[in-house]
Amino acid sequence: MGDLGLHHFVGLSAILFALGLYCVLTRRNAIGILMGIELVLNSANINYVAFARYGNGGYDGQVFAIFVIMLAAAEAAIGLAIVLGIYQSFETIDVEATDRLRL
Amino acid sequence: MSITLAVFYLLAAVTVVSALGVALSRSIVYSAFALMGALLGVAAIFVLLGADFLGVVQLLVYVGGILVLTLFAVMLTHRISDVNVSNRAVGRGAGLVVVGIVLVWMLQVARKAVWVVKEPGPAAPTTYGVGQAFLTDFVLPFEVASIVLLAALVGAIVVSRKEVKA
Repeated sequence: MGDLGLHHFVGLSAILFALGLYCVLTRRNAIGILMGIELVLNSANINYVAFARYGNGGYDGQVFAIFVIMLAAAEAAIGLAIVLGIYQSFETIDVEATDRLRL
Repeated sequence: MSITLAVFYLLAAVTVVSALGVALSRSIVYSAFALMGALLGVAAIFVLLGADFLGVVQLLVYVGGILVLTLFAVMLTHRISDVNVSNRAVGRGAGLVVVGIVLVWMLQVARKAVWVVKEPGPAAPTTYGVGQAFLTDFVLPFEVASIVLLAALVGAIVVSRKEVKA
């Protein structure tokens, strides 16, 4: 790999995490928040694979990343179903407006 | 600068610019398409790290599945007329402060930490090894994962269907 080191990937992952966190903190659209969560999960995956590649070189990191992707798929399915349910009840998915548990 | 490093910087630029689009775009539809760029960039980073199988999984599950699901949800929930206010942000200042602190802190830790790094060997196909790991060391989590997916599928249907008054 030459001069491409572990810190390159860790830095990229940190930037991606920060952008995902900003997305989660500032978005008012519930789907936008879910997109931010996807960014955060991806940054964690980069770390898993990078540390596995520069560590013992085993497959543990990649297996964990696949589990994270699987959980992200489940999260997206459930999260978007909840968002659709909220939209049917409130006619909006602005998280500032949906502050009640019952209609 | 080696060609690998140049490729990494290119991919990292694509990923970060796309992620900026996700975080800052004014339209939720543009955010969704920017998310596609970010996910593709991460898939390419995986391939650069020698994880070819994981890159393909990322492509199939994220870009082919989750992103399409997200786009469906966007199209089903926002009114086309107010496309420009569909993605408003709140508390930008406070968010920037928090994110800035977290980012600086993480980069500091990443710079100061001492990692035992082994120079990786040449990239080899990983599909065989990942499959072996799934069916030997990780067989219980693998089975639990299938139950989780089944539960998520049923749960998504139950949550999102319309109530029928009998």
